[in-house]
Amino acid sequence: MTAVLATRSLGRRYGRRWALRDCTLAVPAGRVTGLVGPNGAGKSTLLNLATGILTPSAGSVEVCGAPPARDPAQLAKVGFVAQDTPVYAGLTVEEHLRLGARLNPRWDAAAARRRLDRLGLDTRQRAGKLSGGQRAQLALTLGLAKRPELLLLDEPVASLDPLARREFLQVLMEAVAEGDLSVVLSSHVVSDLERVCDHLIVLVDSQVGVAGDVDVLLDTHHRLVGPRRAAHPLPRDQHVVGASHTDRQSTLVVRAPAGIADPAWTVSRLSLEDLVLAYLTPPAQGRPAAPLETVR
Amino acid sequence: MIWLTWRQLRAQAATAALAVAAIGVVAVLTGPRIADLARRTTNVFDALTSTERTLHVAGIAVLAVAPALAGAFWGAPLLARELETGTHRLAWSQSVTRARWLGTKLGLTVASGAVAIGLMSLAITWWAAPVDGVAGSTRGALPGRLTPISFAMRGVAPVGYAVFAVVLGATLGAVLRRTLPAMAVTLALYVVVQIAVPLWIRPHLAPPVTTTVTVSTSTLDGISIDPDGRNPVISTHTPDRGDWILTDETVDRSGRAATLPGWFTACLPSPDVVPASTSRQAEAASPDACFGRLADAGYRQHVAYQPAHRFWQLQWTETAFFLALSALLAAGCFWWIRPPQR
Repeated sequence: MTAVLATRSLGRRYGRRWALRDCTLAVPAGRVTGLVGPNGAGKSTLLNLATGILTPSAGSVEVCGAPPARDPAQLAKVGFVAQDTPVYAGLTVEEHLRLGARLNPRWDAAAARRRLDRLGLDTRQRAGKLSGGQRAQLALTLGLAKRPELLLLDEPVASLDPLARREFLQVLMEAVAEGDLSVVLSSHVVSDLERVCDHLIVLVDSQVGVAGDVDVLLDTHHRLVGPRRAAHPLPRDQHVVGASHTDRQSTLVVRAPAGIADPAWTVSRLSLEDLVLAYLTPPAQGRPAAPLETVR
Repeated sequence: MIWLTWRQLRAQAATAALAVAAIGVVAVLTGPRIADLARRTTNVFDALTSTERTLHVAGIAVLAVAPALAGAFWGAPLLARELETGTHRLAWSQSVTRARWLGTKLGLTVASGAVAIGLMSLAITWWAAPVDGVAGSTRGALPGRLTPISFAMRGVAPVGYAVFAVVLGATLGAVLRRTLPAMAVTLALYVVVQIAVPLWIRPHLAPPVTTTVTVSTSTLDGISIDPDGRNPVISTHTPDRGDWILTDETVDRSGRAATLPGWFTACLPSPDVVPASTSRQAEAASPDACFGRLADAGYRQHVAYQPAHRFWQLQWTETAFFLALSALLAAGCFWWIRPPQR
């Protein structure tokens, strides 16, 4: 696996508070990777470190094989749609395109204009007057027209209504289909990611809870329902991710690459959302001492 | 990057251009009469209209305030607004290094401010040159160009102040990351600097000249006395009225600082008394006798001053001082905004 984004013991501190701590992860190239985690897990900090906007307090980060923001060539390789999709309120849409054209060597003016035309954006309008959805589309257009190797998006749809969300993700997916582009998309809403991502990284307290291709994750995680009993003993290759118990029965979420053989359990498939939630729920009894490793 | 900076600077640049144009028009309309007066009249001050005297003060006020405004309205928002609204994340993810981004923004803004305020100073300095420091035949005077009142509003000094104010504003904006606090702190610090420089720095930009003056009616500038008639203090002036007097203290025969002798106040004519009504009063009314007695007793005025002919030397030195200070601040700003190392 070639990593388009790799961190090693990456940390960022604000005063005495660590926003991200000892984070080691690798994002595969050529995929649309969802970075999911609760608010405060360090997703934004991670992406801002990956673009070079923030400076690490500890550890290191590499994008496209080199430290971020080292020189113009390296900057050209990474596109970023920051949280709240910032644009210059006083500049018109047209002027934003001009800004992109002047500041980026690989700028694709035709594609940018085509995209905005199709969205029906009036290019003479000031960006400050755009709706949230239109502003996000403008920010995405700027990120895509730069033709980066890696596009990072920080909660791009968090503040959008469902329709704008769908349109935004559609434009993104079309762009991914057109070109050779790796995408990392952070969100705390799994349903957004489910539609577009083929790889998933769950970030819990700066740590990778689980990471892997979405299909593989879904194939190797199971919901077990059976008469109440302790999670132990399970075969050695199976790990309990989450467990809940009523008086009479136990429900477990188990990662078991080889499948579940024990006939005492009723086994069912998990949705991606349930799977992620199992990792985000604070450790309950019966959960083993954090076997946090990457599923391949 | 140059295009983007110009686009963001457009409104401010237009405002500045308007202000420069307005000042230029006023100077061109009213300047020639003043220049003409100075050529033909011996006492220009008396010939000035009250409007012209007001304009002279206004010119000083404009150049006192303009660099502060440039610092608060151009410098402070330059980085603070980007950091506050998050647009720096858009700017920093274009294919332009942060050093170039900052360099272009800061460079163009500083240059615009320097040009605008330089032109204002050029117009106002030219306008005021014939009347700076003129005194009336009876009373009243306009401040000389070397006095703290107008030194920083003449010649090239305003350019140094403008550069400093803009860089100060930008740096504070980068550190505070909020536009309004950055503007307020910029203004406050700028005022402190404008007070501190004439008090503690400008007098030492060149070693002051010292001289000892014997008090006489020709060297006397004034005598101040407490309301109860005690503690008289003499101030004198040097032959050139344009000199900037830094210290002026009475010394005794041995050269040590001294207070004036007790008899001095009694010797002086009271300003209330109509002189020459009696012979005794007439004798007392002439201060020359008192000054003579003072000189005989060994009292002199010890004066330290910057001579008027050093005007341009001090102008360039002070400008260089502010440019150096600005360079240091700008280096700090670049360091603060620096991208990740390695």
